[in-house]
Amino acid sequence: MKQRLLGALTPGAWVGLVVLVSIIGLAVLGPLFAPHPLDEPIGVPLTRPAQGALFGTDFLGRDVLSRTLWGGRSVLGLAGIATVLAYSVGMAVGLVAGYSRSLLDPLLMRASDVMLSFPALLFLLVLVTGAGSSKTVLVIGVALVQMPLVARIVRTATLEQSVRGFVEAAVARGEGAPAVVRREILPNILGPVTADIGLRFTYSIILVASVNFLGLGLQPPEADWALIISENRAGLTLNPYVILVPAALIASLTISVNVVGDAFARSLGISTARRRLVR
Amino acid sequence: MTEPALLVRALCIELDSGMPVVEDLDLDLRAGEVLGIVGESGSGKTTTALALLGFTRRGVRISSGTVEVEGSALTAGGERVVRALRGRLVSYVAQDPGAALNPSLRVSDLIGDMLRSHDAGEAAENRVLAALKGVNLPSEPEFARRFPHQLSGGQQQRVAIATALVCGAKVVVLDEPTTGLDVVTQARILSEIDRLRSEQRVAMVYVSHDLAVVSSIADRVSVMYAGRIIEEGPTAELVARPRHPYTRGLLSSVPDPVRPRRLHSIPGVSVGVDDRPPGCAFAPRCLQRTESPALSELPPLEQIGGDYRVRCFEWRRTPPLEVEEAVVAQTVERGRVLLAVESLEAGYGRRRAPELAVRGVSFGVAPGECLAIVGESGSGKTTLARCIAGLHPSRAGRVRLEGAELASSAAKRVREQRRRIQIVFQNPNESLNPRHRVGNAIARPARILRGLPAQEANKEAARLLGLVRLPLALADRFPGELSGGERQRVAIARALAAKPDLVICDEITSALDVSVQAAVLELLAELRAELGLALLFITHNFGVVASIADRMLVLESGSIREQGTVASVLSNPQDDYTRRLVAAAPRVVTSPSLPYLSEVE
Amino acid sequence: MSSTSDLATPGLHLLRERREHPVLLFVARRLAAAIATLLIVSILVFVGTEVLPGDAAGAVLGRNATPAQVEEMRALMGLDRPAPERYLDWLGGVLTGDLGNSAAGFAAGGESPIWDEISGKIANSFALAGITAALMIPLSLLLGIVAALRAGRALDHAISISSLAIISLPEFIIGSLLILVFFSWLDLLPPVSLIAPDTNPLSQPDVLVLPVLTLLGASLAASIRMVRAGMVEALSAEYVTMARLNGFRERMVVTRYALRNALAPSVQVLAQNIQYLVGGIVVTEYLFNYPGLGKELVDAVAIRDVREVQSVALLIAAFYIGLNIAADLLVVLLVPKLRTQR
Repeated sequence: MKQRLLGALTPGAWVGLVVLVSIIGLAVLGPLFAPHPLDEPIGVPLTRPAQGALFGTDFLGRDVLSRTLWGGRSVLGLAGIATVLAYSVGMAVGLVAGYSRSLLDPLLMRASDVMLSFPALLFLLVLVTGAGSSKTVLVIGVALVQMPLVARIVRTATLEQSVRGFVEAAVARGEGAPAVVRREILPNILGPVTADIGLRFTYSIILVASVNFLGLGLQPPEADWALIISENRAGLTLNPYVILVPAALIASLTISVNVVGDAFARSLGISTARRRLVR
Repeated sequence: MTEPALLVRALCIELDSGMPVVEDLDLDLRAGEVLGIVGESGSGKTTTALALLGFTRRGVRISSGTVEVEGSALTAGGERVVRALRGRLVSYVAQDPGAALNPSLRVSDLIGDMLRSHDAGEAAENRVLAALKGVNLPSEPEFARRFPHQLSGGQQQRVAIATALVCGAKVVVLDEPTTGLDVVTQARILSEIDRLRSEQRVAMVYVSHDLAVVSSIADRVSVMYAGRIIEEGPTAELVARPRHPYTRGLLSSVPDPVRPRRLHSIPGVSVGVDDRPPGCAFAPRCLQRTESPALSELPPLEQIGGDYRVRCFEWRRTPPLEVEEAVVAQTVERGRVLLAVESLEAGYGRRRAPELAVRGVSFGVAPGECLAIVGESGSGKTTLARCIAGLHPSRAGRVRLEGAELASSAAKRVREQRRRIQIVFQNPNESLNPRHRVGNAIARPARILRGLPAQEANKEAARLLGLVRLPLALADRFPGELSGGERQRVAIARALAAKPDLVICDEITSALDVSVQAAVLELLAELRAELGLALLFITHNFGVVASIADRMLVLESGSIREQGTVASVLSNPQDDYTRRLVAAAPRVVTSPSLPYLSEVE
Repeated sequence: MSSTSDLATPGLHLLRERREHPVLLFVARRLAAAIATLLIVSILVFVGTEVLPGDAAGAVLGRNATPAQVEEMRALMGLDRPAPERYLDWLGGVLTGDLGNSAAGFAAGGESPIWDEISGKIANSFALAGITAALMIPLSLLLGIVAALRAGRALDHAISISSLAIISLPEFIIGSLLILVFFSWLDLLPPVSLIAPDTNPLSQPDVLVLPVLTLLGASLAASIRMVRAGMVEALSAEYVTMARLNGFRERMVVTRYALRNALAPSVQVLAQNIQYLVGGIVVTEYLFNYPGLGKELVDAVAIRDVREVQSVALLIAAFYIGLNIAADLLVVLLVPKLRTQR
């Protein structure tokens, strides 16, 4: 399988992989290289790049470079945790629903239908209204939004596998449900499930960034790429770099995650064109 | 001498990569004649069928040779020229009518499109209705307004045939047109095809893997192997006295529903497109080959007397066909009952409104006996098998194993009970977990149901691989690396690992080539003799029943229509439904009349 | 593979009965489901906004409010009544057109009906979404089909790669980059879309260009990819091969055999993506300061105006679900199989 994966990486996908690794590195290690603290003004607000300030200053006179180096952790970290959470719960739910096919299945499906009939961002906004704009709320909210999608995919894949001969042979042998799920079903659904990860992670990033952009997630003076863009909108003409740099970073992150995820899915023989990038 | 309806000379078809699929094909067909092309998977017959219309699928191309229909070439000229010839001079009937008909067009449009594309005249409604009448479909406007999903399989295929003939095609290529249909519908469609052939003097090419069906309708038969014609001649002669060892092997593998006979399979595995050996492609498997030249030199297609051609160096030495009577297994212990099914009822859907698939079925299986359960799709035979295996809940009735009642679901059965009944499924792609190695898969029942420790179980697995005539090396492979026939043998080995008393075989050979099927059936017969196994053999194929079973029962819509010994039911069926099925069952015949079909109307 | 025996003819009489009003039946069933879903959504919204005991009245008055003032505000906002009573009161209000009063209004010292505030903005959002949808549908169909017909070749690669890139971008990134290009660099268009209340946005078209382009971006990319996938699948169907074997002209094969069957799934996809516009509109309006329902919602969340958030969210959800039904209806009309079965 590893050979197939590496073989399927087109030049484009390799570029994507390199970019992705770089940005993750930048986000994680960035703060170690920041020349200035993230909330200390170092000069006149909204000045263009000059000596000592590679990308100029923001609307409060803080160093854009430093704030950008600090600003990746939140997006990546929160989106990452939310995605992991969504997968952990979503997989468990999907496996149970798909395999047991008891009352649990239609119940879960109706529940996920309801969740999917509501725009995700709206859901997050409602949650923020009720529970405040903390990191915990953001993570749980994004995870909750993605869970039904993951559960759906896992459930469908589980259903498909559970009618195959070798699964029935195991059932006929009297093997218990946990053993059957673990040995027979799980190894065979990993393909379609992991093919989806790229899209899910991209979406988590987009959601977290959007909420931060709306000023309803992380609050000032925190540094977050989306928040930086949002709070500096008015100063666009004076120092475009304050918008351009974080925007370019977010764009590169999401595009590279998507490209790599797409290539990964393609190596498993699954097309991602049909997957909905739910907004 | 009128020119031939279809003329193919030196046709070569290859993949884009250069690998040959069909090599050096010559065919002649006269008006009103039916040529049958027979081959198993990898023979290239489907590619040939498409090429007769000048068509190839993506990744495949016609590299040289000519195909001419009434003098017009389909291998020359541009797309436009060829397109004009398709449908008008030569047309095609596909295997799966459900997939071949545009689901969003009504019947009148499906046939009308053909008329509009090739005829200058109006696609008048009366021409469409006349076409429907010609294939014995209701020629009313109400019927013509239906969509394909509102037609049965047989009706869909008739619409496809009507479309193929409506513009007066001179040659019709039919690619396994009855394979997806039930036996009675198949018989009806065949007689339809025969009638149209004689009425309209249409030349036909009938491509199929089923020698029995082909022999009942074709005047001449061409046998293909590894992309070449290896034998061709008048049906009667070819079927009675095959010259090529492969053809002989094929005929020895075809089961006969009328006269139970011993099947002989062909040793070895059939070749795929990518591993054709140099020289005679069949030589590695051939029992009558001498050292050279067959292994390195390709035998030419020789004309031997009149209309007959063979591609073999040793055709003179091919022994005549032997027909051995089937040997009745001596292992049956009459008087004892191993499995007893009492008034079993099972179905689908909610409690209040269940759809019953099995309605009050009762029968018994003696130790060492092979009982065949025969039925068409929808008869409930698979549901019945699954109930006995504990995979499907029953609503009423009982299943007893040596007197002890079995719980409805396998999970609730005692381990001994689970061990003694094993099941093998139909689809070789699905019977094994693609992520587990073959050895592990076989060892598992030995560990779970016989409590053997891992080492012992692995030794058992090795022993069983030998028992099913597979090389030991396969134990470390994954199922994806095995052929269909090999996978089914592994599935059988896995079932045997539990040392069962009864093995349920659910259509285990339906998805296999005829020669591979014969090999699996041979194996089962040997295993029965060695181990005293009882078999519950589910199938829709009467020929297979005749080759392997002692007793049989016929199921229709969940109820038993007839029960008895195989000999008596097949030779003298008492029930109407059974009689129709037996009459319609295809068998190899030496003349292309359809005698058994006239009983079916 | 269908192997229904000819021995059993399909239930003709059943077909006739069902054929009477299958579409109406379908619509009725979906409407009932939609109402049920909306009800559940309303409960979720209500519960979601009141999750924390942390109090709306306190949020409105700010940190410096005295407990007495907070109590007074609570009484004014009706927060002293038990939750189920408040829920039913709200729900009843929604159905009769009274969406309650906004907290901003209370903060300013009086009652300010929500409906008055947002009625104008609904139209603005409709205009924005409507124009975007009107552009998205033909564009995605055209580009998706062209990409499928030229699958594997240069044009297809170009379309596929650019759509993969754009689909990954959040709206505010697309919008910001567009502003950078068209305003900062080219100075062609305004960076914000402020229009006076109660003016028709269509009367100032250049205000709409960037928001529409932003909204169009990701949804168009997603639609193109799916239309393309559906068309590629239809083109490789057996009945398309059969049409070619029958010698039909390529134009007829593509339109009558492939496209016709690719259309229904494409419509479904397009409808889904129009739904996504509803989500994307929030960020877009906020970015461009466009006075629509989305921006209203964000402002309300920022000050924790619970009542307004509840009402606006429910409105948007209702619109979202309504679009869903319209899409399903369209698909049922287009696919004959769904009409005659079920």
